[in-house]
Amino acid sequence: MHAIVESASPSKAGQTSLPKVASLLIRRLSLGIVTLWITSVLVFVGTEVLPGDVVELVLGQGATPESVAAIRKSMSLDRPAHTRYFNWLVGALQGDFGRSLAGDVAGTAESGREVAGLIGERLGNSLRLAGMTAAIAVPLSLLIGLLSAMFPGGILDRFVSIAALCAISVPEFFIGSLLVMLFSVMLGWLPAIAYLSDSQTLWETLRAIILPVLTLTFAVLAHMARMTRASLLSVLRSSYIETAVLKGATRWRVVFRHALINAIGPIANVVALNLAYLVGGVVIVESVFAYPGMAKLMVDSVSSRDIPVVQACALIFCAIYVGLNLVADMVAILANPRLRNPK
Amino acid sequence: MTPEPEAVDMLPRERPTMNAAAWIGVVVVGFWILIALVGSSLAPFEEGKLVTTFGYGPAGKITLLGSDYIGRDVFSRLLIGARLTLALALITTVFAFVVGLVLGFAAALSSGWLDTVLSRGIDALLAFPSIILALVAITALGSSIPVLVAVVGLIEATRVFRLARALAVDLSVTEFVEVARARGEGTWWIMRAEILPNTLFPLATEFGMRFTFTILLLSALSFLGLGVQPPLADWGAMVRENISGLLRGSMAPLAPAAAISSLTIGVNLIVDSFVRDYGAKADL
Repeated sequence: MHAIVESASPSKAGQTSLPKVASLLIRRLSLGIVTLWITSVLVFVGTEVLPGDVVELVLGQGATPESVAAIRKSMSLDRPAHTRYFNWLVGALQGDFGRSLAGDVAGTAESGREVAGLIGERLGNSLRLAGMTAAIAVPLSLLIGLLSAMFPGGILDRFVSIAALCAISVPEFFIGSLLVMLFSVMLGWLPAIAYLSDSQTLWETLRAIILPVLTLTFAVLAHMARMTRASLLSVLRSSYIETAVLKGATRWRVVFRHALINAIGPIANVVALNLAYLVGGVVIVESVFAYPGMAKLMVDSVSSRDIPVVQACALIFCAIYVGLNLVADMVAILANPRLRNPK
Repeated sequence: MTPEPEAVDMLPRERPTMNAAAWIGVVVVGFWILIALVGSSLAPFEEGKLVTTFGYGPAGKITLLGSDYIGRDVFSRLLIGARLTLALALITTVFAFVVGLVLGFAAALSSGWLDTVLSRGIDALLAFPSIILALVAITALGSSIPVLVAVVGLIEATRVFRLARALAVDLSVTEFVEVARARGEGTWWIMRAEILPNTLFPLATEFGMRFTFTILLLSALSFLGLGVQPPLADWGAMVRENISGLLRGSMAPLAPAAAISSLTIGVNLIVDSFVRDYGAKADL
C-alpha cells in the first residue's frame, strides 16, 4: 500500500511533508546531542570524581608530597570538579584532550604526550579496521539475509540461523585464536600479529589486517544477516504483500518490487546497529592481534590508569556509538512513508 | 515450482522447535555445572603445580591438554577454573536481575517522576557500548571480584530494567492490578504477587541470555587483563595468560576459549527453543 502511494505522487507528497520530517529529524538529532553530553558527564564523573584521589592512584605507593602536588596542579585538581569538567569538555570539543599521565611519575608534569596526538594515529587504524570489516560484512550479510528471508526454512536459512547463534555465543578472542591457529600456525600464510608501519607496502598492510578483519566479520556477519531477514520477513507479513502474492506476482517481484522498499528503513537500522556493535568487538580483536588501534590504547591506559587517555577514548567510542544509533534512527524516519506522507 | 505452494511459502512459516538442539544445550550446560561442582576433585593435578619444567608442554599422556606458559597442567586448571567462571557469572546475573527487576517494576508501577528519572538515567547508560562502560568503571575502581560483580551486574541490569519495565507497563493497566491497587496493596506487594508471576516466562528467557552476555563480558575483561586477577584464574584469564602459546601451536589458550564457547552456545540453544515458543527475541 505504501509503495503504491509513493509511486503515485512522490514529488507532491515529498514537498508538502518536508517540515514534519525535518522536525522529527531535528528532534532526534538534538536528543543525540543531549545523550552525548550526558555520556561525557558520566565519563568524567566516573573517572575523576569516584575514585577519591586520582593522583595517589596514578603514582601509587611511591608518591612524594612534591610529586603529588605537581600532578595535582598539572591536572588542575586543585579546582572544583565542575570547573574541571567544563574545561575538559571545551578542550575536548576543540580536539584537546589534555596530556597523558604516562611518563609523569617523576613529577615532571609536562612530560606526558598530548592525548590528541596519541589518539590521532590510533583512531585512523581502528577506523580502517572497522571500515574494511563493514565493506565486507555489510553487503554480504544483506545478500544472505535477503536470500534467507526469501526462502525461509531453506538450507541457507537454517545454516545462518545456527551460525548466528554461534556467533553471538562465541567470544571474539576464540574466533581470533582459531583463525591464528589455522592461518598463521598451521598454514603459515598470514602473520599472527597485526604489525603496521608507514614503510609497509599496501600488500603488507593488507596481510597484517586481514585476520583481524576476518574475526570481526565472523562476529557480526551472521547476526546482521539474521536481523536483515527478520526486518524483511516482518514486511512480508503485511497484508499488501499477501495481496501481491495472491494476484500472482513472482517471489522475486514481491520481494524486490513490493517488500524491499518498505524494509529499507529497518535494514539500514540493522546495519547501523551492527556497526555500533563493532565498537565493542574492536576492543577484543585489537588485543588479540596486538593491533595498534584506539581500543588497544584504551585497554593499555586502563591498566596503567592513564585517566586523560581513558576519558578521551571512552568519549570518542561513545560518540561513534551514539552517532551510529542516531544515523540508524534518522534513516528509519526518512525511510518511513507514513512519516514522510502524514495525513 | 507451482504457484500455490510458493505463495503460501511467502508468508513466514513457523519451524518446529529444535528439541534436539535444546537437549544438546541441556547436556552441555549440565556437564559444566557438574564440573563446576566437583571439577576440583577430578583434576589430576593441583592448580598451581608445575608439571613440566618448560612452558607450553605438548598435549600427551600425562597432561591431556599440555601445560601452560609456566608449565602448569591446562586440563586441571580448566576443571578448577569452571567453578570460578560459572559462579561469578551466576552471581553477577542474579545481582543484575534483582536490581533490574526491582527498579524496572517500580518504574512501571510508579509512572511518575521515579519512572522518568530511572528511564532517562538508564537510557544514558545504554548509550555506552557495555565493554567501554566497564573499562571506564574499572579505571576508576580498580579490578577486584566485588567490583567486577557490581560493574558487570549493573551494566546487565540496565538491559534487564528495560525488559522488566516494558513487561510491567503492560500489566500495570490490567484489571487484576487495578483491583489490587483499589484493595490498597502496596507497590512492593503488587510487584511480587501480581507482576512477577505473570512475567516469569519472558524473564526466564532473558535470564539465560543475560547469563551468556555476562560470561562473555566477564571473560572479555579477564582476557584484557582487567577482570579476574592472578593467582585466581577464570577461563578468560587462562586465555590471556597463554595467548602467546598460540604461535607454538599450544592448546593452552584454545581450550579455555572453547570451554567458554561451549557453555554459552549450550545456554543459547536452550534459550533459543524457549524464544521460538515465545515468539520474540530480545535485542542485544
